[in-house]
Amino acid sequence: MNGARGATFGHALEVGAAWLLAGLWLMPLLYAFWSAFHPAQFATKFALLSPLTLDNFREVWEQAPFARYYLNTFMLVSSILAAQFVLCTLAAYAFACFRFRGRDVAFALVLVQLMVMPEVLIVENYRTMSQLGLVDTISGIGLPYMASAFGIFLLRQTFKTVPKELEDAAMVEGCSRLQILLKVYVPLAKPTYLAYGLVSVSYHWNNFLWPLVITNSVATRPLTVGLAIFGAPESGVDWSVISAATLLSIAPLLIAFLLFQRQFVQSFMHAGIK
Amino acid sequence: MRHSRRSHFSTRAGFLLEIQGMKRPYGLAQVYGWLLLAPAAVLLIAFTHYPAVATVIHSFFSTGTATRPSVFVGLDNYRSMLEDEVFRKVVWNNLWFALGTIPASIAIAILMAVWVNGRLPARGLVRMAYFVPTILPMIAAANIWLFFYTPDIGLIDQVAALFGLPGHNWLGDPDTVLGCLIVMTIWKEAGFFMIFYLAALQTLPPELDEAARVEGASRWYFFRRVTLPLLMPTTLFVLINAIINSFKLVDHLFILTKGGPDNASSLLLYYIYEVAFSFFDDSYAATLTVALLVALAVVAVGQFVFLDKRIHYR
Repeated sequence: MNGARGATFGHALEVGAAWLLAGLWLMPLLYAFWSAFHPAQFATKFALLSPLTLDNFREVWEQAPFARYYLNTFMLVSSILAAQFVLCTLAAYAFACFRFRGRDVAFALVLVQLMVMPEVLIVENYRTMSQLGLVDTISGIGLPYMASAFGIFLLRQTFKTVPKELEDAAMVEGCSRLQILLKVYVPLAKPTYLAYGLVSVSYHWNNFLWPLVITNSVATRPLTVGLAIFGAPESGVDWSVISAATLLSIAPLLIAFLLFQRQFVQSFMHAGIK
Repeated sequence: MRHSRRSHFSTRAGFLLEIQGMKRPYGLAQVYGWLLLAPAAVLLIAFTHYPAVATVIHSFFSTGTATRPSVFVGLDNYRSMLEDEVFRKVVWNNLWFALGTIPASIAIAILMAVWVNGRLPARGLVRMAYFVPTILPMIAAANIWLFFYTPDIGLIDQVAALFGLPGHNWLGDPDTVLGCLIVMTIWKEAGFFMIFYLAALQTLPPELDEAARVEGASRWYFFRRVTLPLLMPTTLFVLINAIINSFKLVDHLFILTKGGPDNASSLLLYYIYEVAFSFFDDSYAATLTVALLVALAVVAVGQFVFLDKRIHYR
């Protein structure tokens, strides 16, 4: 009896701790909401009945070209994702279904990118981009990420689980190799594409260092870089406005996450355990 | 009968494959394999392998200027790197940063995963709260945390004032600045690592828990003697990821400290950025990048030696 009560007490304690941690973890975001929707003088005063306002958002929209930044990020993320899907699918198909000379060495060389990500090689990649005349272009930001070792690895693992009989059957039906890829492998790998897509979109929506290095104009800057410039202490903008800008730049991803929470969590899980 | 037809079918298919080179090691498969790989290979070589090699080569040359072209200087850049106090500082910072963030975020991640995996009211909400920092850009997170750390009006000092404590310039003090970055990074990463533990916990057979309950094992004992050892492969995997991240995460420095005060919070990759794009010393930046590549190579070798691949990669 006593033990059971002890167990319930312990459990209640754990629930309390779990909630407390959840509260702590949400606090930064809640604070951003607070200051973005209140006038500047209430940004650091937490009076419950402070008046609400949308002025901060209006000010952000007027002071900085956030519409353009949105467009840039959108183009960047979608072009990277499209290229990654095509390139990684082809490469993964090669690794999973064909035996060719040097395959294992090639695969090991692909995996190098898991360790040496483009962020590490900013100096040399900047040199290459300026030789190619791609400095300050959207493709310049995207190119180093388009052949993704992670994507190739993930898709190869998935393709390897496809039963050989399906491929043999399609071949007997007279399908070409490309048709087999498109009609057998790709449809069966849909969950992997979804998982990888979500991980890739959130990664590139949030990516900062390389875009900062390679862009230098409003026409190419993605949201993260725009936000960093807008929020720089030198710019003298106040808390509320910076909070509003921060919320603006994370809004699409945050809303998508809240709507498809389960999908997001499972995607990251799926991508992680492969 | 059925069996023989099936096998006939499969040999026929096998025969077809044979002619089309799919099963022959050195037939058409050679061509197809390389053709399929080519587009990705070109980009990977151009933006991963070539720059890695070029980095090493450039580290042996001086930085060219308009009047003085770049010349071979042997190990000079490495010599000045070893004498560079800022380099030593950022390497130490990187080590402290890794030591401060990795064990703490792994421990919190395990705790979160166990809680979210068990009986818990409002479980979905709690899981969402833990995971949300993962999908925020580091830049946005830094913007918000900057307010927490602001002297006097910042949230931490406001709370401290309630207890009668004086305000403190958290990010301006060399003694506290790295700690501030560590706390923020733990917040950002723990939820991400939680996902891996959650995935691992869900594969553990529930019979273990039942058996332990029948035996009367306490929750803590069960966690320590059963769950934790079974999570070991996940921990190694997360550890590798966390180490790589500790070299890669510098975005928040741009907002919070710019590496200051007096490089007290600068990290290796941030220093590389400064040398290359603020001081325009490409050769020295290349030399520093080699140091970073060596560190990553050590991690890779460590992974190869310690991580049992069979557990994660089929």
